[in-house]
Amino acid sequence: MELASLSANLLLISFVAYFVATLFFGGAVKGTKSEASYKSNRWGKIAIVITSIGFVSHVGFFITRWIVSGHAPVSNMFEFITAFAMMLVGAFILLFYLYRTPSLGLFALPIAIIIIAYASMFPRDIAPLIPALQSYWLTVHVITAALGEAILAISAIAGLVYLLKNVDLTKKSKQRFWLESIIFTLILVFGFVLSSTTFTITGYEAKFSFIDKNDNPAQIVYNYPPLFGMNEYESLTPDTMKPFAEMPAIVNAKTLTTFVWSLLVGIVLYLIIRIILRRPVATMLQPFAKKANSKLMDEIGYRAVLIGFPVFTLGALIFAMIWAHEAWSRFWGWDPKEVWALITWLFYAAFLHLRLSRGWEGEKSAWLAVIGFIIIMFNLLAVNLIIAGLHSYA
Amino acid sequence: MSNKKCLCGHENPFGTILCEQCGRPQTDEAKKSKLVDMRYEGSARRSQTYKRSIIDRVWNFFSSVKVGISIIVAVLVTSAFGTLFPQKLYVPAVTDADIAAYYERLYGFPGVLYYELGFYDMYNSWWFITLIGMLGTSIIIASFDRVIPLYKSLKKQRTKRHVSFMSRQRIYGIGSVNDTDVSLGKAEKKLKELRYNVKIEDGAILAEKGRFSRWGPYVNHTGLIIFLFGVLLRGLPGFYVDETLWLREGEMRAIPGAPGFYIENQDFMIELYSKEEDEVFGDAIDRVGAIVKNYQTDVTLYKEAEDALLGQSDKLEFVKDYSIIVNKPLNFEGYNVFQMDYRLDELKSMTFHLTEKSTDRSFGEFTVDLTNPEPTYELEEGARVELKDYFPDYDGIEDGEPKTKSPVPNNPAFIFKMVTSDKPEGEMSFVAIQQTLETEVNDYKVSFVSADTRDISGLTVRKDKTLYILLLGGIIFMIGVSQGSYWNHRRIWIQKGEGNELLLAGHTNKNWFSLRKELDQVRDYANLPQYEDREDTESFEQQNGDNS
Ligand code: HEM
Repeated sequence: MELASLSANLLLISFVAYFVATLFFGGAVKGTKSEASYKSNRWGKIAIVITSIGFVSHVGFFITRWIVSGHAPVSNMFEFITAFAMMLVGAFILLFYLYRTPSLGLFALPIAIIIIAYASMFPRDIAPLIPALQSYWLTVHVITAALGEAILAISAIAGLVYLLKNVDLTKKSKQRFWLESIIFTLILVFGFVLSSTTFTITGYEAKFSFIDKNDNPAQIVYNYPPLFGMNEYESLTPDTMKPFAEMPAIVNAKTLTTFVWSLLVGIVLYLIIRIILRRPVATMLQPFAKKANSKLMDEIGYRAVLIGFPVFTLGALIFAMIWAHEAWSRFWGWDPKEVWALITWLFYAAFLHLRLSRGWEGEKSAWLAVIGFIIIMFNLLAVNLIIAGLHSYA
Repeated sequence: MSNKKCLCGHENPFGTILCEQCGRPQTDEAKKSKLVDMRYEGSARRSQTYKRSIIDRVWNFFSSVKVGISIIVAVLVTSAFGTLFPQKLYVPAVTDADIAAYYERLYGFPGVLYYELGFYDMYNSWWFITLIGMLGTSIIIASFDRVIPLYKSLKKQRTKRHVSFMSRQRIYGIGSVNDTDVSLGKAEKKLKELRYNVKIEDGAILAEKGRFSRWGPYVNHTGLIIFLFGVLLRGLPGFYVDETLWLREGEMRAIPGAPGFYIENQDFMIELYSKEEDEVFGDAIDRVGAIVKNYQTDVTLYKEAEDALLGQSDKLEFVKDYSIIVNKPLNFEGYNVFQMDYRLDELKSMTFHLTEKSTDRSFGEFTVDLTNPEPTYELEEGARVELKDYFPDYDGIEDGEPKTKSPVPNNPAFIFKMVTSDKPEGEMSFVAIQQTLETEVNDYKVSFVSADTRDISGLTVRKDKTLYILLLGGIIFMIGVSQGSYWNHRRIWIQKGEGNELLLAGHTNKNWFSLRKELDQVRDYANLPQYEDREDTESFEQQNGDNS
């Protein structure tokens, strides 16, 4: 059990390191006039060293957890998402050595931090593998797919920097609206972390019985005050709030409740910031992106897709097919998770063709990169939590 | 439509934009533009040149990347629609009516619409398959349209290019140097150090690397086509077998789809994780309850003897014993048998005993094999029980007759006739689980003693000859996509101008910053003139800003 707690501590260390490194990247950006003069900047050097320490510690977390559980720690939501964050930082370090731009770090690390915080909201216990998951191919498939997705995610971060720098936030426009929406989504994630932590600390629990979609009785425990009740629910915990509405059997009312709570907290947070600032929240982030070179961000975005696309293909399609063949006897079964991997792949294929043959560079390319990230997140979260298929092991 | 001669003397095919050898612009449009479009080297592509006959139009339609992208997006969007509600495959219903009812019950009107539009079986619908077909066609035609002219012009390019070609490059510089020959010599050395292929001709340098990466897209498209071809083949008989097989413990059966092979289920078992053995998992087990560790069917595989008549199963040869577990199928002669499903504790036999009600006198026990019951069971003291009727899956009484739902012994019921020396004509009794019915009051009764159960293992039998084709397609795709993504085609031209002038131009198919990094090294070392990147004014402004 000691190794298990060491593992948890290593994750904490990397979390803190990423936070500190972000500050140093901020110093690096502040201290230079532009990307071009960055090379001689001390802040940036310190920042990348701290990032690397955090990364090594993160890898340590991954390996120790692997040793403790006896299988690759990518088998539930907490494990998969923390591994994803680890690879995101790894991909950032790789691209940093290719292009040496602190502006990218200033955005990549906070996003890694948000992702780790998000992951920590899921149950963290070490779970055994069900038979379908006991395969080397699974390990290879999931790790490669996550790596591909993490590299592709860097392109969205470069795209975000590009957009923050280039979208005119002083005038009302579609671009401004969508950029603000992205920032709002990030605040929502924060809202989820905040509300989830609060109710966890208070130890809130409400248990219900209900009838599931196959007409079987079942039970469920809410960790949030129930806003929505499951199909034909009956409360089993006295003195808890009565849900406002009952949902049909196909809707997981618990997930919906969690989502609505996060949304409410997120909206309140957003409004508070907005009232204090009196202008779009994106304008607050804009100065951090101002010194980035647009062409460079564009190239990093493209390069990340070029590096990530083959890795993603290998992991999420080819290895996935090999494993699916071993475990389920068919290499492809149109399971929602599989379909969304295909959609992601087709999307990036379209991205590459649009760029290569139709000259979609700069802003168009940056928007596409952001949309690509949304698709990846959709597959990771919504498909797992809502459209549950064979893969919903979490 | 004859060839056209360039000023340099080279004959270019009709439709050429930039001369294959010297690079002079050939069309009015190219002459006017400030930067040349270097895609496909300005070569003559069929789709850009011929636009008249129907074949031309079809060719041009499919070779357009705009069309190609539209097809990709169409596949993407339809695929996404297919995940809105579960596909037919995942619906626990068999008949069309049940499937329709399922969508209606769970999803209401949208579900009905989904069913009516055929979205419930999206990926087998004719339009989805048509889209995939168009995708394949588009990939083939677009690739042919480009790869041949591209290959020709890259092969024919000359080292020395015309000034009008150089000055229309995105990276371009011109300026005087101290000694052009020294600079050219040093540039050559540095370029070689950076692993460029350097060609020299008449005061001009062409340094090139990674040309093979230009073939990446065509290689990966070939891989995709092979893959799609493999998928197509599974429609042909003999390439693909997919059968399911339910096998009870102790049972032997012919393997469906694999003529001449038999399989016997020795034992099926299921194992759970225990908190004692797997201590680290304690919390997880507490949270979610029992977690399965393993399903396993121990089987024996037999093959019909060579000289046996087909279907004559008494001459079987032992092949092997194997434990099929999830992720470890049984393999033989191109077939795979997978552990897919199971049903636990199906009733196998039931044991009863016959007694006289008033005295409790016993006449002994008898056991009914539920898949293969016997008509009479002889007991002690000359008594016997006759099985008059048997309902394996008893489902109540309809029109005065007991009914069975299925031939599976889920809820067996029996009509027994009890014959003893007292009652030689016998007494009738209806016996089901938990109940006994009598038409008249009987003196004797059959009562339940115990039941034996066994497990049934759900196996899937597959043969898929196309797998190797698919794998080959996948590997070729990976090679091509890596080739095109991890290498770039970079070219640097340096040549003498008038007097002490040197001209410098550069091109890459992607990643211009990386090209510039290399170019800067060459420039510093060989003292070449300053150049500019005409698409990135920001860096140069910033550089100047920092220097000031
Ligand atoms: C899902 C299907 C497809 C995939 C995965 C795919 C993949 C690729 C990739 C990875 C590249 C290289 C891109 C780069 O280096 O930036 C490429 C290039 C290309 N693709 Fe596709 N492709 C697909 C379908 C198509 C279709 C339908 C067309 C038809 C118009 C097409 C036409 C081209 C062309 C013209 C190029 C550029 C070739 C060159 O620059 O020499 N592709 N493709």
